[in-house]
Formats: sequence, C-alpha cells, structure tokens
Amino acid sequence: MASLDMDAKGGPKFVGDPLKIPQIECGAMADSKTFAAYPVHNEDLGFPGELLDNWKEVAIAKIGELADKNRAFKVYLDACVKCGACTDKCHYFLGTGDPKNMPVARQDLLRSVYRRYYTFAGKYFPWLVGARDMTREVLDEWYTYYHQCSQCRRCSVACPYGIDTAEISMAARDILDSVGVGQKYCNEIIAKLKKTGNNLGLNPKALRATLEDLEEDLEEETGIAVKLPLDVQGADILLITPSADFFAEPHIEGLLGYAKVFHASGVSWTISSYASEAANFGMFIGSYENMREVSWRIRQAAKDLGVKRIVFGECGHAWRVGYSFLNTLAGPFDFLDQNYPIPQHIMEFTSDAIDDGLLKIDKSRNDEFVMTYHDSCNVARGSSMGRKQGGQFDLPRKVIKAVCNHFYEMERDTIRENTFCCGGGGGLLTDDLMDLRIKGAKPRMTALQQVTEDHGVTHMAAICAICKTQFSKVMPKYGYEMDNVMSVHQLVANAVILDGQETEADVATAEDTP
Amino acid sequence: MVSTVYAVLFYIATLVLVVGVVMRVINYARTPVPLKIVVSPAPRTRKGVWFRMFREVTLFESLFKSNKWIWLFGYLFHFGMLLVLLRHFRYFQRDVWGWVEIIQPFGIYAGFAMVAGLAGLLFRRIFQQRIRYISDPSDYLMLLLFLGIAGSGLMMKFVNHVDIIAVKAFMLGLMRFQIGEMPRDPILMIHLGSVVSLMLIFPISKLMHAPGVFFSPSRTQVDNAREKRHISKWAAELPDLPEGIPEKKEG
Ligand code: SF4
Ligand code: SF4
Repeated sequence: MASLDMDAKGGPKFVGDPLKIPQIECGAMADSKTFAAYPVHNEDLGFPGELLDNWKEVAIAKIGELADKNRAFKVYLDACVKCGACTDKCHYFLGTGDPKNMPVARQDLLRSVYRRYYTFAGKYFPWLVGARDMTREVLDEWYTYYHQCSQCRRCSVACPYGIDTAEISMAARDILDSVGVGQKYCNEIIAKLKKTGNNLGLNPKALRATLEDLEEDLEEETGIAVKLPLDVQGADILLITPSADFFAEPHIEGLLGYAKVFHASGVSWTISSYASEAANFGMFIGSYENMREVSWRIRQAAKDLGVKRIVFGECGHAWRVGYSFLNTLAGPFDFLDQNYPIPQHIMEFTSDAIDDGLLKIDKSRNDEFVMTYHDSCNVARGSSMGRKQGGQFDLPRKVIKAVCNHFYEMERDTIRENTFCCGGGGGLLTDDLMDLRIKGAKPRMTALQQVTEDHGVTHMAAICAICKTQFSKVMPKYGYEMDNVMSVHQLVANAVILDGQETEADVATAEDTP
Repeated sequence: MVSTVYAVLFYIATLVLVVGVVMRVINYARTPVPLKIVVSPAPRTRKGVWFRMFREVTLFESLFKSNKWIWLFGYLFHFGMLLVLLRHFRYFQRDVWGWVEIIQPFGIYAGFAMVAGLAGLLFRRIFQQRIRYISDPSDYLMLLLFLGIAGSGLMMKFVNHVDIIAVKAFMLGLMRFQIGEMPRDPILMIHLGSVVSLMLIFPISKLMHAPGVFFSPSRTQVDNAREKRHISKWAAELPDLPEGIPEKKEG
C-alpha cells in the first residue's frame, strides 16, 4: 500500500499512492446491501410500495422507455468499446478491488440486459455480446452495485466518448424504484422533504429557533447583531442551503460565514421555511418527476417571498441541480433580477464581494490552519461558477487564498476535474453503507496524507454538505480528527471582520495605550 | 460464380451499412435529452464545443489524458486505418486523384501501424486483468476481424501479389453495376470477405461508437444552462405542478 517517496522533504518517507490500482478481487463487495425503503416511502414518491408480481416485464419495458426518453442512456449503452480506460478511475474500485465497481463493469450490469432485449446481436447471439436475461439475481445485483456508485462522473472524464456511468446508475435506480425496490435512505429523505421542506424534517418553528440561537452566538462572538432571517417578505436574496447547515458541524460554521458576508455586503436576504433545503435527492434516484417536484418548491418560495435573486449555499449535488437543471426543472425565472446569474453560488457572491472590497479580512486569523481544498465531485464535473470556464475550481481557491495564508494543492490527478469523490455522495451517506464509505474515501484520504507529509497540511476545506459529513465520519479512520474538514465559508467567517466588530487586536492595542 | 457472390455481398453490405447507420443516427438525433448533463469544465459556447469535439476525434484527447497505452495503440490503429482507407481510393477511381497518389507510400506504412495498434490492443485485452474482465467474445472477434483485414491486405502487398489491375477493374465495374471477373486469389477472397462482414455488423455493434461520439450529451452540450433554458419535448408536456405554497403556518 505504501511506497517510498525518495524526494520527500526531510528525507525519504513512506506514503501511499492515491491512484494505486488494486488486484481484482471478485465479489469483494457482493454483500454490501443498503437498507430497502419502507413501502410507504416508495408510494410517497409515486412508486409501487413493494416488488411487483410482474416486475420483470415492467423492468424490461422501463429500459425501453428510458432509451426512448433519454439520448444519453441509449448512446452510452451502444457506444462503449470496452477499451478499459475507465477501469481504474472509480474510487470504489480503487478502495475495494471489486471488479464490478469498475465503471464499465458497472454499466455492463445493465447493458447486458439492454442488449438481450433491445439489440439484434443480444437477441440472437447473446453469448457473443455478453447479453443476459432479466432475472431476480440480476435485479439484486443491480441493487447491490448501483448503490456502490456515487454518481461522481470521474469515469466520464476518462472515457473517450464521455460515457457517464452516473447516468446509467440513475437510470438503474429509476428502474428499481419503478418495480418497487427503493432504497431507504434516499426515498425516506425525499418523502420527508415533500412534507416539511427539508431533508431533516425540521418544521418552521424548530428552524426559527435554531436560527435565533445562531444569531445569539454570532452576536456574542462579534458584538454585532448579524441576522439569519427566515421568511422575510421582499428580501433581495433567497438563500437555498442544505439543511445540514442548520445543525451539523462544520456545516453551521459555513452558514455563519454566509451570514457575515451578506451582512458586510449590506444586502437583505432570507431563508425560506418552505424551501429550506438545497439538496435534491431526486437526482440520486434518477427520477425527473421527483427532482422537478423538489425544485418546484424553490420557485414557489422565491415567488411567494418576492425576492430578486437566488443564492445557493455550499452543497455539491445541490449545486449541480441548481446550476445545470434548475432552469430546466422550475424555470423560466423571468420574475427574478436578470442582472445576476440564476441561481448564483455563495462562492460567486463572496468572490464578487472580495473584488468589490466589501469585506474587511484579516488572514492571520486562519494562521493555525494549513489548508488544502477538496473539489466536490458534483461541483467539479457537473457545474460551473463565475463567468469563465473552470470557475468552479478557481473561485473557491481564490476565496480560500483571500482568507488564508497557508494553502497547498493535493496531487494533480486527484483535484479539479480529476477529483475523487469523498466516498459518501450519490445517496450513499448512510450508516448501512459505512464499510463502502470508508473504503471509497481511501484515494482522497491518501492524497491528503501525502500533503500532510509533504507540507504539513492540517485541514481540508470543502463546499459540499455530503463531503463534510462523510469526512468528519471517515477521517478518524485515516488518522485525522473529525474537525479536520472545514467549510470554505468557515474560513471566511474566521477572517472577516465586520464593521464595528471588536477584535483581540483592538483589545490588545487598547491595553497598550497608556 | 465467385465474382457474382462477392458482387451481391458487396451490394448487400453497402446497403446494410448505409441504411443501418443512417437509421441509427436518425434515431439518436430524435431521442430527446431531458437535462443539461455536460461534464464540466466544458465550453460555454457552441464554437467551443466544436473545438472540443474536433480535439476529441482528431487527437483522442480524453483518452490521452486517461490512459497512455490505450491511447497509443488506439491512435495507431485508427489513424493507420484512416490512411489505409484513403489509399484504397485508387481502386475506385479510373483517374486517380493527385493526393491519393501522393499518400500511397505512407498508406503502406500505415498498414503496419494499424497492425501494431491492433496487436497492442489485443495483447492488453488478453493480458491486462481488468480489460480481460470486461471483454466479451465479440470484443476479441472484432479485433481479430480487423487484424484479418489488415494482415491479408499486407500479404497481398508484400508476400503474395494479386493481380491488382484485375481487382481494380472488378471494383470499378461494381460501381457501375457491371459484374466483372474477380481474381480467384484466396487471400483476396479473405480480405474482401472480412471487409464485407465488417460492413454488415457495423450498425449493430459497438462500432457505432464512431457516429455515437457525436451524440454523447456529456461532451456535445454547451455549458450554458443558466443563460439558456434547456427543455425537452416530453418534459415540457408534463402536467403543471400546483402554483403557490399550500399552507403557511408555523408549528
Ligand atoms: S460515477 Fe463515480 S462512483 Fe460511479 S462508477 Fe463512475 S467513478 Fe465510480
Ligand atoms: S472508457 Fe468508455 S468506452 Fe472505454 S470501457 Fe470505459 S465506458 Fe467503455
């Protein structure tokens, strides 16, 4: 696992290689089974509660329907030449060695069935092209291995035709759902969101109480009444942020950072209790209809509150849905101010605020941290930011460097468009998949260990609620503390000094003055 | 008799190839794309996408970045084959174009490059554990078929010369729907026979990756979802969701 790094500072050191390809180990993860959804939650989402009697016919028909409704699905199933370029790109393969976690092999679980029923070669010469009948074993295998894909798209970057295994995984989960085989984690959460407006099931009263507590904390810290407004009619900005920002660490610290940036910029803003969730798990289960319903709440909240702009908080797949899909699913947003991108990312907002000189920053307040940055997969490969191509990489780095003195990059093949998933994305952030999550985090953790060895990096920043939760769970397994993962806006919150805020420095100077 | 069989096979194969590919391509083009699924970082303009695709098909850019060996063998094979194909134009022209004359000597070396590339790919498919795992019989057969075509072609050039004048006359005849005499040369028969098989299986096999790459949304879409609303026909026709917020009370 470890190799000797002869060039390391201070003499040779043992470090792992984040890209190390394991030996194939058939069936290594065959027993990984995420909990099945309760019938009631499947039904809440518009799916059959339990496995249908005629599931086989329904599943086969659904494959055909998807092929007719989605060009990507059809072309990707046809075009793969089995070149193998993607085989060593998946963090779950690198972490487990199970060959079915190689992206092309994962696609083949479904491709083999598609070929059997929908292609000439598969109908008449199945053995030649690896086509197979739809059986109960196949269905179970789908459930097992399509819940070992975090839909991170690292494989798609590598493929000469851009074949995106995430699309196949989403389709497979859609087929599973449509025959009554849902996953508990995703479907329960979507059902909860439909009832309460967020993934946690926080009701407006509880949400208001939480925000008020945080306001108190902020005032205590800064001596200034920084607001976290809820349901304010006529505010300029509607903040859509993952509900984890309301209760989980280090997410909350990020939320406080947004609040400080908004405060310092002098804009009016609000959170909505009706759309108090940025995450859209409809994407994970590949259901256009569910994704649309979840997105629709954001449109309604924006209309109802009469805001001019929508800004998204730090959340990876939410930003993919926000940036790439929201206009499709819930647009057109002709009732919002067209001078700003719709929606906008908080990173774009903060970056502009820095450029406009609205933030007073004391970088030294982050001097205790030696930072690196983890590009969240959905932000990196499913979205963008700012006006230039690649802004999704450059803006967060720009903001971090504006508020921190110590920043180092991880290995080139593990960042930017080649970034590794945290290991918990795509609807896998559940305790029943902990083994998979720990193994899937290995490439990222190894890359982090490298920069810790080489540059003394102590903390890693991220802009995704899932990444943050996942890392705070798995980092202890790799020799770090839970709080070694940070929100980017946590760093911003540390460094920003609000107008009228009393700092330790002020206090010190005051004491020095006779 | 042999000439007639080959002539008929060629006509059928051409028909299958052209009609099959065109039908599949029309089908791809007509299949809706419900969402913007560009794999970013991606160009923000149509022109940028053209440039991206140009680099993909001329340089195999993504493949180069992801796997140098596969890139090397794949590139040798594909561009060797391209030159060889262009070289073959002279068998279908009474008066051969100037540039076709010029590339003749390169075309021959390209034949070797093609074989080298194919051999490399086959070697990897057999001996690289991960690639062997994902290979089906058809994946090996496809490589063998190409090797058969290239190998028999090279043999006719360097080992066992055929009456190339007669072959050209036969081909020119076919193009005018006149079936002439094809030389009875076993290697030529293997060569043309495998070409015919390749044409026949093209539209129903993974060879469809060639037109397919131009229909891969993750690469061909423009990254402008926020600026320009993307909506597919079936999605636009979904029933409207209710406007407004149902009940607004705390608790
Ligand atoms: S999308 Fe990510 S998790 Fe899924 S197969 Fe590809 S690399 Fe693996
Ligand atoms: S890189 Fe693309 S074409 Fe090659 S095996 Fe993987 S999915 Fe298939």
